[in-house]
Amino acid sequence: MNDQTFHWPYANEVGMEEIKSCDVLVLGGGLAGCFAAIAAARKGQSVILVEKGATERSGSAGTGFDHWESACTNPCSQVTPEEIAEAYVNEQDWYSNGIAHYIECREGYDRMLDLESFGGKIRDTDDEFAGAAFRDDKTKLMFAYDYKNKFTLRVWGSTFKPALVREMKRLGVTVLDRTEATALLTAVVDGKKHGVGACGMDVHTGKFYVFRAKSTVLAMSRPARVWLFDADQPGLCEFRPFQSIGSGHAMGWKAGVEFTMMEKSVRAEYSAAGRSFPAYGTGNNHNTWYAATMVDARGVEIPYVDRDGRELKTVLERYLPAEGQKFFLKGGVIDNPKYEYRGPETLDFDELVRRGYQLPFYADLSRMPDEERRVIWGMMVGEEGKTKIPILQNYSERGFDPSRHMLQSYGTGWQSANFLEQERQFFGAPGGILHDWDLKTNIDGIYACGDQLYASDCAGFACATGYYAGRKAADAAAAGQLLDYDREDARREMERLYAPLYVEQGTGWKELNQAIAKAMQNYCGGMRCEALLKEGLDLLESYEKEIVPTLCCRNPHELMRTHEVQDILTVAKLVIHASLHRTSSSAPLFFRRSDYPQPDPECDRCHIALHQENGQVIERRVPLNFFGNLKEEYEKRNQNYIREEAAL
Amino acid sequence: MKPVEFQVTMTPCSSQPILYDEAKCIGCNRCAAVCQCDILLPSAETGKHPVVMYPGECYYCGACVMACPVEGAIRLSHPLRNRAKFVPVRSN
Repeated sequence: MNDQTFHWPYANEVGMEEIKSCDVLVLGGGLAGCFAAIAAARKGQSVILVEKGATERSGSAGTGFDHWESACTNPCSQVTPEEIAEAYVNEQDWYSNGIAHYIECREGYDRMLDLESFGGKIRDTDDEFAGAAFRDDKTKLMFAYDYKNKFTLRVWGSTFKPALVREMKRLGVTVLDRTEATALLTAVVDGKKHGVGACGMDVHTGKFYVFRAKSTVLAMSRPARVWLFDADQPGLCEFRPFQSIGSGHAMGWKAGVEFTMMEKSVRAEYSAAGRSFPAYGTGNNHNTWYAATMVDARGVEIPYVDRDGRELKTVLERYLPAEGQKFFLKGGVIDNPKYEYRGPETLDFDELVRRGYQLPFYADLSRMPDEERRVIWGMMVGEEGKTKIPILQNYSERGFDPSRHMLQSYGTGWQSANFLEQERQFFGAPGGILHDWDLKTNIDGIYACGDQLYASDCAGFACATGYYAGRKAADAAAAGQLLDYDREDARREMERLYAPLYVEQGTGWKELNQAIAKAMQNYCGGMRCEALLKEGLDLLESYEKEIVPTLCCRNPHELMRTHEVQDILTVAKLVIHASLHRTSSSAPLFFRRSDYPQPDPECDRCHIALHQENGQVIERRVPLNFFGNLKEEYEKRNQNYIREEAAL
Repeated sequence: MKPVEFQVTMTPCSSQPILYDEAKCIGCNRCAAVCQCDILLPSAETGKHPVVMYPGECYYCGACVMACPVEGAIRLSHPLRNRAKFVPVRSN
């Protein structure tokens, strides 16, 4: 079978061009993109959504997600949007997206209600968990982490993407699946750059698209496969879906969009092939598995302690703030929070070793109350993305029974693997697009949301910022006009996209991805310095000049993969530029420079925002608190929304 | 633009992420339509299952299994090295 050649089952439309126009163009059909499209369509704008995969199940939450963070306006919440958004900002030493977090805290629950109205499941309507400590029996809403303050909700995320697709169809959104967006189109109006649409390609037929739009929303996830790549199983190289590799970042950077914090990356934590296990598929007590009972190799239970080191006696205490603490933060980007926000956690690994606990550790749900066991294994593991089939069904078929078996942890503590310092990922609120209070980029007419925003977080963040960006883009489109694009820009993009189809015996995309990843591990790993970074940039530039023209492929699918790797190369260069521009080390950014070891000097406690202009990298310094007072600034700009929501 | 002919050859990898039960599959191609990584090539033969053309690109999300109208027609199988271990509970 290995050499079996098949007939290409789709039409061949290479060289064909279609021009489509709309008011609002949304690039990316994950949660953020779908909500952006819905918001714009609700405002009466014509909308085209472009998705490389199939919208029904595409994106990081395509097959589900299990908990919705920061839904501070739900009827059971004991916290305000200000409290939680400000806590995130403080927790992340202000390298945080205050604007986006506030939108998430303020509007997230509205999006949950939207999803419910589209047919998604957000409450325990079947009374499976009636009477459980994490359930409000009146509203049937269910909570995770902090059962006292009730601002993180357990949801049935596997029902969400099909529901969003149905709603977009109902609203008349044009959804173009199997279409990759590849480049932004811009024009200069009165001396100022303005987004006028994008180019793209049908990844089945090769047809070239020009999308003309008054407003464009970038919703194309975050970069991946920059440091980690396995040519044998590239689909398992990262935490996010295989095709979400940062094309939105690459096209933004090429168009002159401004980025920040791209120097931030963390030692990998999750999901890379071979180094790890399926996400949420090992014994642990974080996120989906919070707060599973953990035991060591002998079956001795590992104690949970509160922030003061007080040992907790009951399972319920793991879900409550400490004495004198208003609330605690857990999940998503929150790994090891400051004392003020620290929640219950198992004893530190080193302390466990001192006390004689023995590896391997396991999650043992059999020791938990029935409803806690059932909600972790069956609901959370089942509704979180990539768990319904890969974990819940597969492990059950292999004989796993949470009342009789315990699931092993790997590495030290609760990680699913041990990664090396140079094996890095964009994880834990990484860098991305810098934006204003409209989620508009530095280029008029171009908006961003979800994982494309700097310091982005989870699914609720994606839904809330997607909707917000969509409505702001729609307002601008309603007041604007369709601007012309430069035919020469489109022609050049078409030529770039097709070039690998005409190369014979050249370089395959995997070879280039492998080389980029190795270069980034060698030149942009855990410890960086100017000379090393410049050598790395030089090597990547040589790939651009010498290897990219030799890229070759044989059909539109492989052409799409080839375009992706070109985008990875662009992102890798952006990361090196960002690393060169920060001439100090930084603890919150996990950024170390051997030539500038001083951590976080006051003069560099700011965003070092970068964009390209005529091939030059331009730096702008932006105060970390540029967003101002969250509540005041939000309310200044969203009175219409506040009135509309109040009327519902 | 010079005409170009497409070619597609199966690109094998060291694992088999997606396994079809030929007796159960009805060849509806729902799995191919929903796969976000687009690794499945719809079968040219009516009633036959799609071809797993790019198995190494599988992201193991399970969308294909979720979309399948026939229970058990598709099975998702993790690479051997990625199968986590579990053991009977131990009491201390």
